[in-house]
Amino acid sequence: MRQMTKHQALTITPLPQDSELCELQAMLSRCMQCGTCTASCPNAQAMDLTPRQLWRLVQLGQLDRIFESRTFWMCSSCYTCWLRCPRDVEPTRAMAALKRLAGEHDRASRRKSAFYRAFAGNIRRYGRVQETALMSSYLTSLASPRRALEFTPIGMKMLGKGKLHPPSRAFAGRLELLFRKVDEMEERT
Amino acid sequence: MTHHYAYYPGCSLLESAVEYDRSVRQVMDVLDAELTEIPDWTCCGASAVESVSRLLTYVLPARNLALVEQLMDVDDILVPCSACYLNLLRVVEDTRHDKKLLAQINEALSVEDLRYTGRAKPRHLLDILINDVGTGAIAARTERDMSGFSAAAYYGCQILRPYPVFDDPRQPRSMHLVLEALGVKPMAWDDEARCCGASLMVTKPEAALASVARILDSASQADAVVTVCPMCQINLEAYQSKAAGYGGPRETVSVVYLPQLMGLAFGCTEDELMLNKNMSLAPRFRAGMRQGWATQGSLEETVVEEA
Ligand code: SF4
Ligand code: SF4
Repeated sequence: MRQMTKHQALTITPLPQDSELCELQAMLSRCMQCGTCTASCPNAQAMDLTPRQLWRLVQLGQLDRIFESRTFWMCSSCYTCWLRCPRDVEPTRAMAALKRLAGEHDRASRRKSAFYRAFAGNIRRYGRVQETALMSSYLTSLASPRRALEFTPIGMKMLGKGKLHPPSRAFAGRLELLFRKVDEMEERT
Repeated sequence: MTHHYAYYPGCSLLESAVEYDRSVRQVMDVLDAELTEIPDWTCCGASAVESVSRLLTYVLPARNLALVEQLMDVDDILVPCSACYLNLLRVVEDTRHDKKLLAQINEALSVEDLRYTGRAKPRHLLDILINDVGTGAIAARTERDMSGFSAAAYYGCQILRPYPVFDDPRQPRSMHLVLEALGVKPMAWDDEARCCGASLMVTKPEAALASVARILDSASQADAVVTVCPMCQINLEAYQSKAAGYGGPRETVSVVYLPQLMGLAFGCTEDELMLNKNMSLAPRFRAGMRQGWATQGSLEETVVEEA
């Protein structure tokens, strides 16, 4: 777990103009730093900063330190922290918002959001998720034959059970209009 | 009384979780509930889209709610997948107070001439079983003696968190009640609502495998872990050998969908419940399926025979 030094805590990064970030900060201003979220998180041991420390950095606006952290990428959206937070902070929502902000504003984070982007791309293309196509486009985007091989035994097992299919085109393109509209609306804000 | 529901299977029930789809339909049929698939439904965004776009997180599920409102004469939607259920429910919950969000959603949906008003109501399978069908009707359909069977009811994350609509997220009981109605004994354990890692299994497998190992280990005394979510099911059944390296049990832990177990108790066939699709059924479970669970003593011999 990384400790915050006095010096680091004083370096305040200017915020990019982003309404989503402002909303996030407004929500996290309610955080009283009790650490209940950290104590309830099933993935805390795999995080570098604890959730509580992350909220402090959001309050301070230290985006670069936040983007360096792997903490929000380790959130599995289990909502345990949300259930237990005494100040109604909704930390799970904050984790998702940080994944989006990092994916947009931080070049190094692009790769880490590859799976989520592959997923959205899969829906846009096929209308309904096509699992086999999704996994192959995600593993290709990782450009890591070793990571791809790690999934081979599972793939073989699923193949044996008849659980892998070539992508169905029955709903292909069905959501294209909606995706375009959402793109346009999001660019406006 | 016949109940009628709109049915939202969600993408995975057409793919890696066909046995969930099949067994839900089978069991609801036995229980006299009528399901009509939402015409032209599309993906709700699963648990991944929220990490990419806030607006899509609402618009994708809202499209399906709007289809129900516009094309169907029912409001209640049966949703078996926990992630789909949460996505659909989030639209209902968040637009109730946020009219700006509702307007944004409807602006997006207008490209398809669709409109969401707040009438459609997503209901999780467990909710419907407990509150509409009722444990009495479930008990009345049970034909097999399940008294020797012990089940680890596994709720996972998203059916009661963050919106506790039909049960207590701190101490969920709904699945326990269904199991008891079948004559099955729910095991007492601590990890019934602990996260299985969800899609971290794909992006950060080490973290998810540790969670899966812990859940399987604490459930290993039961005859089966019983799930109500395709994500939980695949994480708990497909990664067992990997989880063994993270402190998980060395022996196979059987993992089944709740309606599969219900179907077995109702006397449905293995084919009707697609039990051949399950990726982890221990020999003991297979033997029980054929000979019944009431006669515990003879099961051990069968296991030896099969091995
Ligand atoms: S539980 Fe809530 S108040 Fe406590 S540290 Fe976490 S977010 Fe802040
Ligand atoms: S929602 Fe994320 S941060 Fe909160 S407890 Fe679950 S994994 Fe941890």
